[in-house]
Amino acid sequence: MHLAYPAVLSALLFCTGLYGVLARRNAILVLMSVELMLNAVNLNLVAFDVWLSRTAEETLHSGQALTLFTIAIAAAEIGIGLAIVLAVHRNRGTADIDKLRDTAERHDPDGTDHDALTAEQSGEAQKAEATA
Amino acid sequence: MTLAATAGLLTAGPTTRAAAETHGFLSPTGVEIAFLLVGLVTFGAALVTVTTRQLVHAALWLVVTLGGLAVEYLLLTAEFIAWVQVLIYVGSVVVLLLFGLMLTRAPIGRSPDADSGNRWGALTVAVAAAAALVWVVVDAFRTTWIDLDGPAAGSTEATGASLFQNWVLPFEALSVLLLAALVGAIVLSRKAKAAAAIATESTPAARSEEDRIEKDRSDKGRSEKDGIEKDGIEKEGTR
Repeated sequence: MHLAYPAVLSALLFCTGLYGVLARRNAILVLMSVELMLNAVNLNLVAFDVWLSRTAEETLHSGQALTLFTIAIAAAEIGIGLAIVLAVHRNRGTADIDKLRDTAERHDPDGTDHDALTAEQSGEAQKAEATA
Repeated sequence: MTLAATAGLLTAGPTTRAAAETHGFLSPTGVEIAFLLVGLVTFGAALVTVTTRQLVHAALWLVVTLGGLAVEYLLLTAEFIAWVQVLIYVGSVVVLLLFGLMLTRAPIGRSPDADSGNRWGALTVAVAAAAALVWVVVDAFRTTWIDLDGPAAGSTEATGASLFQNWVLPFEALSVLLLAALVGAIVLSRKAKAAAAIATESTPAARSEEDRIEKDRSDKGRSEKDGIEKDGIEKEGTR
């Protein structure tokens, strides 16, 4: 098989995931796009491991071992990421990453509405932290 | 993809023509045709995953993408990775994502605010990155072939031997990391419950309201822990 097939497919999948990470607003959809990017990297690792195991007679199978590690770490990442998203949703009532802007520096002139909203949200967050 | 690769090959000059003739690039093998078709399905499903406005449909199209990638692993003779992909990604990661979608009360129908305002910038960045990556990759590997004949490079025997001969220490470290992730997810999902309990103690007037919220939260935490425990069990099964 030509090596360009899996390499091109993984490049396209990676860029699809990149678009999803940049364009999506829901945090869980962003996590899905991150999974797409990780899978693109996995496909590259497997393809090059199969190529090198024949061409260079590499018997370490480092590509496939790294793929297994990536899959396990992705599973751990999705568990922790969803726990964080659920905690944020519990405290703020939203999983919309455009609205979670407490650490953003504000210079916009029409920020009164935003500031009031943020003050209310941070007040809620401080209450939650104070009671914790 | 095929056209670009062909054009690159034809302009490669006489040094690569011999390799092309031995491999017969213009008459692709059956494995290549199967890889191309499954790859088109995978890529299309990935595009629908990142563009659809129905959140649950996005998770289900993600299943198609991950399953297509498992088939690609099988075509590359990496069978153990393919079954691990089916078990962990299709079996548990997508289930966790669906749990997350349900628990954040995502709308089941169409949600018009699924894409943020910077989608055209994102599209520009993604298309530019795709063009650059595909050009570089095709230019670099236009004369490289994978030899898929003979014993499978990624059979369970070969993968297990290399994993337990050369990669034992990272493997065990990974199990500690999975345990830490499990404990961390449980801690993250239990913290709000303790906070609600203390709030109930401090303000008895709002007790009934807090009780209702706490019950809601404990229900969420329980179902989330169920999902994570199932995840852990499946990870144990693949080890």
